[in-house]
Amino acid sequence: MNTLLPLMIAVPLMGAALSLLAIRSRNAQRVISIVCSAATAAMAVAILIGVDRNGTEVATIGDWPAEIAINLVADRFAALMLTISSTMLLAVLVYALGQRTDDERSRWYHPAYLVLIAGVSGAFLAGDLFNLFVWFEVLLIASYVLLTLEGNDGQIRAGTTYVVLNVIESFILVTGVALIFAATGTLNMAVLPERLAELPDGIRLGLNLLLLIAFGLKAAVFPLFSWLPDSYPAAPSPVSAVFAGLLTKVGVYAIIRTQTLLFPDTNRELLLVIAGLTMVIGVLGAIAQSDMKRILSFHIISQIGYMIMGVALGGVAAISATIFYMLHHIPVKTSLFLVEGIVERETGSSTLGRVSGLARRSGPLAVLFLIPAFSLAGLPPFSGFIGKTAVVTEGLDQRSWWIVAAAIAVSLMTLVSMLKIWSGAFWGAPDPMPTNGEHAGILRKHPLMATVTTAVVTLTLLIAVFAGPLYRFCERAAFDITDPSAYSAAVLP
Amino acid sequence: MSWEQALLIGVLAGTGTYLVMHRTLTRIILGLGLLGNAINLLILSSGDGPGVTPIIGREGDFTDPVPQALVLTAIVIGFGVISFLLAMAYRSWTIDGNDEVEDDIADRRIARHEQSSDHGDAT
Repeated sequence: MNTLLPLMIAVPLMGAALSLLAIRSRNAQRVISIVCSAATAAMAVAILIGVDRNGTEVATIGDWPAEIAINLVADRFAALMLTISSTMLLAVLVYALGQRTDDERSRWYHPAYLVLIAGVSGAFLAGDLFNLFVWFEVLLIASYVLLTLEGNDGQIRAGTTYVVLNVIESFILVTGVALIFAATGTLNMAVLPERLAELPDGIRLGLNLLLLIAFGLKAAVFPLFSWLPDSYPAAPSPVSAVFAGLLTKVGVYAIIRTQTLLFPDTNRELLLVIAGLTMVIGVLGAIAQSDMKRILSFHIISQIGYMIMGVALGGVAAISATIFYMLHHIPVKTSLFLVEGIVERETGSSTLGRVSGLARRSGPLAVLFLIPAFSLAGLPPFSGFIGKTAVVTEGLDQRSWWIVAAAIAVSLMTLVSMLKIWSGAFWGAPDPMPTNGEHAGILRKHPLMATVTTAVVTLTLLIAVFAGPLYRFCERAAFDITDPSAYSAAVLP
Repeated sequence: MSWEQALLIGVLAGTGTYLVMHRTLTRIILGLGLLGNAINLLILSSGDGPGVTPIIGREGDFTDPVPQALVLTAIVIGFGVISFLLAMAYRSWTIDGNDEVEDDIADRRIARHEQSSDHGDAT
């Protein structure tokens, strides 16, 4: 049994408890958060290296037999997601400390953030469906608190939609879990593949759709996305960076698990149509907006479409493309929201009409925006180009012409909407015109925020530079998860 | 599953869904409570039928303890979420004196835009 796996959840949860005890001292809270989240990130890297060397790691809690125990399972896919997510969570935490807004000064920010880390780790590691549901709830409840931290009018309004929709999503998920238990007598993801395969097709289809609706709502796919552009912009920037980078991707992760492990190769045409519509409608929404945060929120939706496209195409090659896409998307999206956070901190607004001429005021900030923006649109030589090429090549191989056409068109439209931010906020004359030296160096004024943003942007560049080895790793991960019997063999002794 | 149980789940889910469709947060919360209970009963009925003893020792026939463990977890989670929603409804009431769920900003802007253009046509 690998003790690191339960520690991935236990360390941030204990940190949250300590943080509540230290509620009178902000500095103590900050130290606890940094230590716990750095420890989690370090453990995730250790798990990643171990899993790649020795194969899937399993921890059976309480040492019960693996069929009935609560299992934590880390295969290559889960370990990769753990590593990238815990790194981003650490980066955003440091950024929030540098931002010094009221949000981070709230006594409840640090405990909630640590619970969020535990929930994300748990969701990636869960070895049975019910625990997947439980960890989803843990990260959701933490996200409710973070979204409504200030409790002002806008946040309560956005929070209401977000919370109510997510509660309904949980109900659908738990209904699916209950019906799967009634049909198969187990919820263990290692036993489920063979039990589900014995069920009649109609029942399999129904169960699969229930899970897809629940996870699809979480991942914000068409037509279940409308909550996202409404709620994310209301959150404070560092919080929305985490939400944008990670939370929808946990939903995508669950969809990939469902479609490869539990219901392999079912509903692929349906998913392909959903993927196409998600891409197109997401990007059209982005073009129509005039606020940076809202444009970026709509981009999340259209990018989810590419990931679902890979899942829908199926097979090792397409799944490895999807995994690489997720790996690239998480830091890119996070860094865009981090840049937006600096803009909002400096100018007090993220509405395009009110912000202008930022490139003249700070060249480096403009570069920090351009790199992830081009990457998201899929321009070479950035990481998005490699991810998009991989997904599109697979579409061409499988002769799904229309989805390939949609993917390329959406990529161009993403560029158009990014140019809208560029020409609105960065190009043109600064307003008000800075007197000599007054506005010099936005980045120098916020050193910690600038450092973190630069680090995350550098990470996206590194993903492009080391795309070869990383892509080979993604292929190994995809090879693991497209073979349910390998998963079962690893978990069950 | 007995037919009484099925009927109860149906009635709870139906009334819950009806209440969730309302615009006041208090009613939505009540609806979510009812829906949650319908689903808890559904989990409970995914195990054995009624009348079997709970788990005692290792001997004899006993009912499957897993759905009971699941439903306990689900009840606790539901309790927590409903408490949070109630706190939000109270906050919403202290801010603007009602707990209506409003449209999002873009929707309201479009609605205003349409109203003003209708007005323009009439004059």
